[in-house]
Amino acid sequence: MEIGTAFAEGRLTAYLTGELDQHEARRAMESMDELLEEYLPRDLVVDLSGLRFMDSSGIALLIRLSRRLRETGGRMWIENPAQQPKRVIDTAGIDRLIPVSVRKL
Amino acid sequence: MKAVNYIKLEFPGRSSNEALARAAAAAFALQLDPTLEELGDIKTAVSEAVTNCIVHAYPDTVGKIRMRLRVLEGGLLEIAVQDWGCGIEDLQRAREPLFTTGGEERSGMGFTIMESFMDKLRVRSRPGRGTTVVMQRRVRSRAERP
Repeated sequence: MEIGTAFAEGRLTAYLTGELDQHEARRAMESMDELLEEYLPRDLVVDLSGLRFMDSSGIALLIRLSRRLRETGGRMWIENPAQQPKRVIDTAGIDRLIPVSVRKL
Repeated sequence: MKAVNYIKLEFPGRSSNEALARAAAAAFALQLDPTLEELGDIKTAVSEAVTNCIVHAYPDTVGKIRMRLRVLEGGLLEIAVQDWGCGIEDLQRAREPLFTTGGEERSGMGFTIMESFMDKLRVRSRPGRGTTVVMQRRVRSRAERP
């Protein structure tokens, strides 16, 4: 799994690509922690358009990130999940905690 | 029910084998001509079952995991994932959404996702002896699809 970034006006966008399972999740959490410390963003957008696969390990990562953003008074949302990650997000019901938006690409 | 085809796979419970297990399950399921969504559901359920073995059954060791896939008559795919790890003390609690003993790295949604993505889920576990998860999903043929 790879994480690409874009930062502008206090908003960090993290582009997650590849597959996010338990094997990848710990490294992804560490990378995201480092990015949050480096950029200190007000808002975090997690773009999942390039994520081919995600299981409940990804849910744990997203919940943890949203908690971190809330602690610092920031906002977080998920953008453009592909079909399989979207089904996992819907089943876990985290769209009630973290907004999911689909932007026209 | 009669098995039309089957494979058995045995591998060490290393997290790098999660991707291998779901890719193997997807490749085997292809003979049923599933939709992309069905294939995604099968891969997700396998990933959850195998991750449970690695994280919970063998928390301090790399133990053996056996996965058996069968195609049964009527387009039924059956997946059994077995470990010989610590077992589950309270099965009912383990299957509750958001319950986890895995800390912040786990969401407690593994069994919920397996249940939602498959038609049937059976879990047999004996503390100290191991756990077997058996899941079934019917894959509709092209002619049956809307």
